[in-house]
Amino acid sequence: MTQDNNAVGKPLSRLEGKAKVTGEAAYAGDYQVPNLLYGYVVNSTITKGKIVSIDVSDAKSYNGVIAIFTHENRPDYASLDLKHADMDAPPGKVFKPLQNGDIKFHGQPIALVVATDFETARYASTLVKIKYEEQPFETDLEKNLGRAREPKKGLATALKPPPPKPKGDFEKAYEQSPFKVSTEFIHGTEHHNPIELFATTVVYEGDGKLTIYDKTQGTVNNQVYVANVFGLHYKDVRVLAPYVGGAFGSGLRPQYQLFLCAMAALELKRNVRLTLERKQMFSFSHRPQAHQILKFSADKEGMVTGLSHAAIGETSLYEDNIEIVSSWSNRLYPAENTHFEYKLVPLCLHSPIDMRAPGGSTGMHAIECTMDELAFKLNVDPLEFRLRNYAEMDPESEKPFTSKALRECYIKGAEKFGWHQRNPIPGSMSKGNKLIGYGMASGIWDAYQFPARVEASISSQGKLLISNATTDIGTGTLTVMTQIAADEFGLSIQDVSFVYGDSKQPFSMFQGGSAITASTGVAIVVAAKALKKKLIKKVKALANSPFHVFQDDAIVFRGGKMMVKHEPSVSISLEEIIVANKGRAIKTTNMGKPHLLKLRKYSKATHSAAFVEVEIDRELKTINVTRAVTAVAAGKIINPKTARSQILGSMVWSLSKALREETILDSTLGKYMNPNLAEYHIPVHADVHDFDVVFVEEKDELINELGVKGVGEIGLIAMPAAITNAIFHATGKRIYKLPIHFDELLKDRIA
Amino acid sequence: MQSWKYTEDYHMNNFDYFKPKGIEAARELIVSIPNAAFVAGGTNLIDLWKYNLTNPSALIDLNHTGNNITVQEIDSGVRLSAFATNASTAYHPLIENRYPLLAKAILAGASGQIRNMATNGGNLLQRTRCYYFYDPDSPCNKRNPGSGCPAIDGYNRMHAILGTSKHCIAVFPSDMCVALAALDARVNIAGQKSSRCVPFTDFHRLPEDTPELDNTLGHGEIITSIDLPHKGFASNYSYLKIRDRNSYAFALVSVATGLELEGSIIKDARIALGGVAHKPWRIREAEDFLREKQATEKTFESAAAIILSGAQGFKFNKFKIELAKRAIVRNAAMALNPSIQKPGAQPS
Amino acid sequence: MPRIQLNVNKRMYELEISPWVSLLDALRDRLNLTGTKKGCDHGQCGACTILCDGKRILSCMTLAIMKNGAEVVTIEGVSEGQKLHPLQQAFIDHDAFQCGYCTPGQICSAIGMLAEGKAKTREEVKDLMSGNLCRCGANIGIIDAIMEIHGGLSHE
Repeated sequence: MTQDNNAVGKPLSRLEGKAKVTGEAAYAGDYQVPNLLYGYVVNSTITKGKIVSIDVSDAKSYNGVIAIFTHENRPDYASLDLKHADMDAPPGKVFKPLQNGDIKFHGQPIALVVATDFETARYASTLVKIKYEEQPFETDLEKNLGRAREPKKGLATALKPPPPKPKGDFEKAYEQSPFKVSTEFIHGTEHHNPIELFATTVVYEGDGKLTIYDKTQGTVNNQVYVANVFGLHYKDVRVLAPYVGGAFGSGLRPQYQLFLCAMAALELKRNVRLTLERKQMFSFSHRPQAHQILKFSADKEGMVTGLSHAAIGETSLYEDNIEIVSSWSNRLYPAENTHFEYKLVPLCLHSPIDMRAPGGSTGMHAIECTMDELAFKLNVDPLEFRLRNYAEMDPESEKPFTSKALRECYIKGAEKFGWHQRNPIPGSMSKGNKLIGYGMASGIWDAYQFPARVEASISSQGKLLISNATTDIGTGTLTVMTQIAADEFGLSIQDVSFVYGDSKQPFSMFQGGSAITASTGVAIVVAAKALKKKLIKKVKALANSPFHVFQDDAIVFRGGKMMVKHEPSVSISLEEIIVANKGRAIKTTNMGKPHLLKLRKYSKATHSAAFVEVEIDRELKTINVTRAVTAVAAGKIINPKTARSQILGSMVWSLSKALREETILDSTLGKYMNPNLAEYHIPVHADVHDFDVVFVEEKDELINELGVKGVGEIGLIAMPAAITNAIFHATGKRIYKLPIHFDELLKDRIA
Repeated sequence: MQSWKYTEDYHMNNFDYFKPKGIEAARELIVSIPNAAFVAGGTNLIDLWKYNLTNPSALIDLNHTGNNITVQEIDSGVRLSAFATNASTAYHPLIENRYPLLAKAILAGASGQIRNMATNGGNLLQRTRCYYFYDPDSPCNKRNPGSGCPAIDGYNRMHAILGTSKHCIAVFPSDMCVALAALDARVNIAGQKSSRCVPFTDFHRLPEDTPELDNTLGHGEIITSIDLPHKGFASNYSYLKIRDRNSYAFALVSVATGLELEGSIIKDARIALGGVAHKPWRIREAEDFLREKQATEKTFESAAAIILSGAQGFKFNKFKIELAKRAIVRNAAMALNPSIQKPGAQPS
Repeated sequence: MPRIQLNVNKRMYELEISPWVSLLDALRDRLNLTGTKKGCDHGQCGACTILCDGKRILSCMTLAIMKNGAEVVTIEGVSEGQKLHPLQQAFIDHDAFQCGYCTPGQICSAIGMLAEGKAKTREEVKDLMSGNLCRCGANIGIIDAIMEIHGGLSHE
């Protein structure tokens, strides 16, 4: 890392801030395109069966309707499953829109109406008449637990390995331990519900070339997908997504509006826009239902002796979407005896897709609530119980961590929160007619890094230009990458541009798993170093260059100049270098990648500790999360302002997961009953009270060149359990189902 | 009169638009155009239309029919224009000062933006939020009489516990109307031949065998105003709304309470419930019981038992019975000390 | 087709428009003012909030034809030229957004809410702003930004 570090670590405001507060920022459905046609999707109203007939004649003849696509008249597309599988496709047979008349889930897209304006397309969609033959279906995980089976293996298994193998003899250890807890958790469905509706604007450029403004977390992923499906050259498909109105995982895979919109544009040779309705946002991608059974045991000293965690998740009929739910406990707590399981039940629902802190937020909620229960049985403070079982090495892999400052999270978080004021007896704390509860929990998330390529160049004006195909889904990527690049070159932020959100730029994986700062960030460091080397070489090669007597490592870049570290008078400005290069920009493209060989010897993870205060109305049982502190150890924090916002956002998500959001599934009708934002309750401003974030110092020189680990998910791992534990502390009641309905707490007196 | 006739053929979803200059003109239009609908704030009608739950052939805009005085004093009390917005009503000094219970209830509903659009008349006419009613592809006796009610055996957390029928367990979602019911408001209706005035608690109805009818307003009738009697319970009142989030959500249970006290003796009491029935729920027997009693927790517990007698829960909403009882007791306590009330009608 | 006039951001527009076009779609698709966002199209999220005759309303829940002659301010009309409205600057300073999609609605709503003059405390501001959802969870920054301006106004 450079010594001339100026920008990294500073709480810079988002560079795109002005565009976002003035309405200038254009999202996928905002682009002004001439002669635009508008699409509208018709969705299946049955859950399983076949389309017997689909009559589009009334719709087709309606004034303003240009075309209607169904499985009967759709253009040919690639028939091989492989061609439809995107980079994030789980094992199985990928869903192909309009493939045939088979209905696999409620809300399946079955026709696209294209018209001269949105209103016409919307209206004509109501004129399409469909006759179905219905078949029996199953949509409820709880009723089908008996059908759970091992997930299929595939490419995705590399990122999402099955749970670790058992250690010791769990059954025996559990049997013999003096303290044990057995718990069963039920998690309902959640939908990502970014406020931006999924939308695609396709510009038909002629000759089978498309420029696509898409709502996605992966421009390259969707570029390759469209090219593969429709048999186009990769270079003829350009996917742009400079602004993404939230995605939270739902944009990891190409969604059906992209497919339909591209298909219509190619077939009609016209520009087409397709924006989904909020209701349709419930017809693809969700966090799956989960059922978990845990058994934890401890000896009389309060050391964990056995950990067993079995999870059953839900998937679609066609793909095995995998989450890492049950693999976490032994990475936090040492235990000689373990047993882990993860199984799936295929149901008549669309495939789940990773949703913020996928698997981890589900599994860790169960783990940390079970730990709380065990601590209570042991009569040990829950924080003390964690500290007693603190793992210096990763107990599961028996490898050292590249860094782990979880202890500091516990200590600093507890201090900031005032954990010592907690009276351990449930129901003992109150304020007027409100019961007060304190709860805490630990968090762990992986530290991912994907390979990424970055182009770095010095422009003719002597400015640094960095480019990479990644998106910025609101995480602060633009700002953070600019900070990293500025420091590498000792430049001010104003002299650096980061070009992103464009598949034409060098490769980036999709933006997910808290990986992009490490992935693109490291590639920037690599490319910047290569570019500096190139500049030094160029300058040294100039006639009469005063630099050629100096070693490369004595030369630094600072304030827009290349100079000799100890003789700053020997310098040349970047602008002058370009002049000397006959005005031509100097550029390099490089790959940043994880040091897999070195990292094989280590375990890598981010950690967190959450502390929560709840206030529960003594009689009415309404619950408020009045205070919360999340302490995070995630390596180097590039921008404390945007990183804090990431964690605060996750804390609001935690509140939502524990107490608010829930997709209501009617398994008799086989569909989601609240596909709207009125009854799918995400937190409102009035729900969010005093939340605070602590970043603890965590120096990590092993993980990657930047020492960063990512902050997108870690804030959502610990706090849902901390809320649940706080509710127990306030009321003495354990609730094992998420989201928690406050009225569960009324039941004691009803009986 | 500005009006546009757009469609030559009749299409269910694409409507004509009329902007009549007076109530009479509006009524003439509604009786002459089959399947026409009135629109004022639009916050419910346009929502329903976009979901394909209602298909008017024409919209008749009531916003320019002349009755522009939001709130005015009349001999018998105060008159609210049916065409005034919820916000302008709640924030009107006459309402803030004399009928704070009504102001509080209005402000517990919807959001700032919606209250700036939604009208008082429209508030009375809003439709249920039942999930099954809102899904055009599900059976629903309210939307499609005779098709069945999947809510009875389905997911019914938000549904009714009082006054249900075997055809419908939907809930009327208004907050404002709960206060209006408690305050003994009257609804003024302009009709075909004459005008009529309906006691508020008779305006909405129970589902019985015709759940498709939410209220007693006839075709061609227009709500012109709502009258409040002098008695506003401005000293001891409270509106309490319990819901799945602290704001911008429909009530699971809400309570409007107005008390008239002499020392600690209750001289008059009003209690109306929202979120529990097909109409605001008010039981006069409970109010009679309260009269001349000490304003104690026990007294209100007894009143709550009377109000909830006959309540029947379904699989997911049984909790509402106990919750409603406790909410009645709490809201009485809050009414005794109205200064402690919280924004959004949250419990305090 | 019906013809209407709209004054949007101090500019007069004349539009031929079908009765069933929402004000939101009129702004976005006809006037190319895409700063106003569609997040639900059903009055459930607040992303489409604009100021109409000085009041904050949801442009998705009204028809353009019903607003014939109205004076509309959208996010594009909030700043004065290059000079940001103080609330816009406060949103940047407090990191009151992540993805930015709900932001135009939050800002327009906050301007309307402050003009209503009914919120005295932070809790009241939170309640009166609750019609604007933020899925990124920037709630604290949003309320901080509004409170900064709210405080500023009350000192005037």
